[in-house]
Formats: sequence, C-alpha cells, structure tokens
Amino acid sequence: MGMKTEEKLIVKGKRLDGRKPEDIREMEMKVGVIPNANGSARVRFGDTIVVAGVYGARPLFPKHLQESDRAIIKCRYNMAPFSVEDRARPGPSRRSIEISKVARLALEPALFLEEYPETVVDVYMEVLQADGSTRVTGINAASLALADAGVPMKDLVVALSGGKIDDTIIIDLCGKEDNYSLADIPIAFLPRKNEITLLQMDGQLMPEEVKGIIKNALKSGQKVYKKQKETLRRKYKE
Amino acid sequence: MMTEAREVVLPGEVLGTTKEIRASYGTFVEDDKIISKFLGIPKKRGDYLSVVPLSGVYVPKRGDKVIGFVTGVEKVGWVVDINSPWLAFLSLSEAVDEFVDLKRTDISRYYDVDDIIYVQVSDMRGGNVQLSMKNPMARKLKGGVTVKITPSKVPRLIGKSGSMINTIKEKTKTMIRVGQNGVVWISGEKIEKAIKAIKMIDEKSHVIGLTEEISKLLSE
Repeated sequence: MGMKTEEKLIVKGKRLDGRKPEDIREMEMKVGVIPNANGSARVRFGDTIVVAGVYGARPLFPKHLQESDRAIIKCRYNMAPFSVEDRARPGPSRRSIEISKVARLALEPALFLEEYPETVVDVYMEVLQADGSTRVTGINAASLALADAGVPMKDLVVALSGGKIDDTIIIDLCGKEDNYSLADIPIAFLPRKNEITLLQMDGQLMPEEVKGIIKNALKSGQKVYKKQKETLRRKYKE
Repeated sequence: MMTEAREVVLPGEVLGTTKEIRASYGTFVEDDKIISKFLGIPKKRGDYLSVVPLSGVYVPKRGDKVIGFVTGVEKVGWVVDINSPWLAFLSLSEAVDEFVDLKRTDISRYYDVDDIIYVQVSDMRGGNVQLSMKNPMARKLKGGVTVKITPSKVPRLIGKSGSMINTIKEKTKTMIRVGQNGVVWISGEKIEKAIKAIKMIDEKSHVIGLTEEISKLLSE
C-alpha cells in the first residue's frame, strides 16, 4: 500500500515466486482436523496456513444475546504469536476484531440460521502461519468447516484476494505483495450465483481496475471452489 | 479392504428440478431448482428427494427417545442436556408418579446433577423442549459409560430391526442403550470392544459392506 521497496515485485510478467499474474499459489485443504469440534478444516495457500473449527449450533448464554427467530454466528479470527516473523502480540487487536466481523458478514448469507432459533454457531479461525491473504484463507477454511459440521448452507463460500502491482492486475497476494502492492482487494462470494459477500479495498484504484480485479477473482475462484468440493468429497471416499 | 462408497452431495449442489420431483428434507428450492443444504447422501423415496446429512447436530422431535445428562435442578423440574442446540426441561409431574410436597422435599433425591437418564421428548416448540419419563422404557441409567456419535448415523448403528446393535450386544456381552440424539450408553463386560465397534460405524457409515467389517472386528 504505497510502501517503498527497492525490490521489483514483477519482472518480465513473473512475480516474486515465479507465478504469472493470474496464478494461485499451491493449495492444500483438509477437513476433520479437530476431533472435538463439530466441523473443522485446515487450509494452506502457499505459506499461509489457517485452521478453522466450528462448534454448534449449541445453546447460547447469557439469554439476552439470543435471537428468538434465528441462530447467531460468532466469528473469531486470531493470529498465533508465532505466525509472523516478529512476534504477534496475543489477544484481540483492532485488526483481528475487524477481520472477525467481516468474516462473519461474509459467511452469514450462506447459512440457514433460522433453523436453529435461540442458539449460536461458533466459528474459530486460527492463523498458524501468515504470508498474505490470511482473511480469505480463513474464510475458505471456515466454509469447509461449516459444511463439515453439517450446518445447513445455501452454498459454499469461496474467497480470494486480488491486487495491483505497477500496471498489472494480480490474484492471490503473498506477504510481500500484500505489503508493497499499490492496492489489494479481498473478495468472498457464493459461487453458484456469484453473489459477493465480502469486498474490501486497501489502496487506490480506478473504477475499471476494481471491476477487472473482481472479474478475475470470480474467474480464478472457480479453481478454489473445485478444490473445496474435492476436499469435502475426499473425506467420504478413502 | 474398503469397498465402494455411496454417492455424496455438497451444500449448494443442484440435484434436480421441481418439475421432475418434489423437494423434501435437507434441500431447498430456488428458481425451480432443488438444491442440497448439507454434505450428505441423496435419497429418492416415491415422489420425494431428500438429503441425509453425514454430520450435524440433533434436532429434537416429539416421541424421540434420547439419553440426557441432568445439568440443573430447578424448583419444579430438571434441566437436561440432550446433546442438541437446545437445553431440555423435565418437569416434576412428568417425572415422578407419587405426590411430592415441595415444601418439605428436595427434588434432587429423584434426579440430581450428573445423572444420566433415558427419556422421551414430549414436546418441541421453537427452542422449548419438554421431556417426559412416562414411558415404560424411560429410566435412570446407573453405572456404565457413554459415547457420542453423529446423530444422523443412529439408524445405521441400530441396523435393520436392530440387527447391528444386537450383534454388538451379543458378541461383547454388554447392555447398550442408543438415544436418537447420538448418545450411546454401554455397560457390561467388553466395553472397550463395543466402543471400538460403535466408533467404527460412526466413521464408516457411508461405506457399503459395513456389517461384514463389524462382525469381523467383533470376532477377532
């Protein structure tokens, strides 16, 4: 976001890790990694690793938090102290509180919460290793964990980040690109109807560039969607 | 050694149109399309298409017999955890047949915190679940151990007219009670072996040819 670096982030159409602008990092997904939770998933995008756990629907107390006609969803995004090179101070920060909220808003439209009135669905996203795009990786993990937990869903939630370096539009930013790119946009959407549930922007872009990034993210998101579907099916295949 | 697995559908997957078939449990309709709500196994029965979830919480239904843990003693009844999104209430009149003078008796003499009870769901409205002991099978379960399995897999554990659960009972010489809510109570000789078999059914319920594998495990 405008920070200066000596290093060129894109050289001859290739990025720092040798990817083309529209390439996604290597993905690895697994469901059922936390036996105690109702549903769980671990998702890796390159060097970013997030574990998500879902508990519930379960009884909610204190009673004044309950909604009489639907379940509420509680999200918690947290970075482990060892997830970054400098130690991350444990506990909620301004940043993690914001990400918890936008993750909740990104997941909520995909769920049939009205089936469990007066209850809560708890979603925990723990970043074990951070190398850019942690919030979208967290949302991908939470989506898999929710499906694994058997919470009724309209669709899976697919998330991906886009951005801009020099004049090139890129997809799935890594840590360095995240820090030094001109702009980055995390996007979450429901792939069946391409309904966007999360759209944030950091940096400065022209309207056409924003449109271009959204278009590219929706297109590349299909690869993430396919991987999510494969992962869920694999659990019941062996 | 694994045999073929059943077909699995995912949330958001289109299963058909309302012109061909009617939507039933585990699905929803959007623009004439029938779409799955769960990660589960699709089932066609007559005119209806439903999805049986492979995981999920227990939603109480009237008439279900469940195993609950007493978590609180109130003035005129007990609060019971029935492994579902809602806590259930067992009122004194539904639990005890004799006259109870509330001024003189502490009702924890009937059921106390941490007691395990086999009980029937008598009513369910919104988040309000009422229980009843007025069923010949209902009673307090003393001793033994409990394990939890996925509630949607309870029919698989019981088997056709109890075939699966009876095999486990005979081979391990145990007494087993299965609640619709996925709580299983076991007491008897080879408890560990019975738990192993039950856990295996929970994990591999979607596999065809499970009965043979279980009988193999039990006769080891």
